Amino acid sequence: MSRQANRTTDSKKMNSELFTLTYGALVTQLCKDYENDEEVNKQLDKMGYNIGVRLIEDFLARSNIGRCQDFRETADVIAKVAFKMYLGITPSVTNWSPAGDEFSLILENNPLVDFVELPDNHSTLIYSNLLVGVLRGALEMVQMAVDVRFAQDTLRGDNVTEIRMKFIKRIEENLPAGDE
Amino acid sequence: MTVHNLYIFDRNGSCLYYNEWNRKKQAGISKDEEFKLMYGMLFSIRSFVSKMSPLDMKDGFLSFQTSKYRLHYYETPSGLKFIMNTDLSVSNARDTLQHIYSNLYVEYIVKNPVVMLGQSLDSELFGSRLDSFIRALPYYSPRAA
Repeated sequence: MSRQANRTTDSKKMNSELFTLTYGALVTQLCKDYENDEEVNKQLDKMGYNIGVRLIEDFLARSNIGRCQDFRETADVIAKVAFKMYLGITPSVTNWSPAGDEFSLILENNPLVDFVELPDNHSTLIYSNLLVGVLRGALEMVQMAVDVRFAQDTLRGDNVTEIRMKFIKRIEENLPAGDE
Repeated sequence: MTVHNLYIFDRNGSCLYYNEWNRKKQAGISKDEEFKLMYGMLFSIRSFVSKMSPLDMKDGFLSFQTSKYRLHYYETPSGLKFIMNTDLSVSNARDTLQHIYSNLYVEYIVKNPVVMLGQSLDSELFGSRLDSFIRALPYYSPRAA
């Protein structure tokens, strides 16, 4: 069987500064367009979600990873494969809840914030909130409802950047109704 | 050696794409009904296979064959389903279906922002690329079978 013209699996490397600066321009524009930080956070989350639902297909096609058996495996894949592939970093997975349904991703160096200093009047802005939406959207597409949020952010004076992920439920697949 | 037809379903059961190359016998029902029938059967087979399996499975349902044709099935973790019917001489079309997913569906549908996901795919680019990919398959030959 021929496997003609199979796409090269190694991702096209791109200067991450272009990405970082483009993201910065996006956030800046949103801050101009919306009066308050809450609304900016919400828009970033929404955009991220829309990216995530598409990004998951690219990820699955490239990584050839099958369905995860449990949330721990999911955490590993997110940290070691997905973050590596798209942002070039490998966050550490820590703070597991006893039930194994909650964990934290600790980002040592968040590439989105390379050139950022938050002014005092944006103390409630969650600068990298796009990531939250991406994670939520992507996982929803593989039947996992997950609550994602920034628990700590170096931009807001914390020591580390921490994304907290909480498994809510499996989204069951249903047979569509006979007559739609 | 031939490819009969191809279906792509999304995870909600709507048929995103259908095309046929060498199909001599039609179902005699409307395409919409045929898609529902097909999806319903796949849905049942999946649950049947997973309940009847005496061991844990990795890939689940892969294909079935009758006296005349073989149905190949590939499902992504995101719930997209690729179904291709061929004649019996094609023993395994998994690579082909995977290729359609990662090199055609992801490239021309997912990465095309004006294509709404979850609706039927009328992207001409995708259609023509898929058509030429199928026609170039080593086991594509419309005269045989």
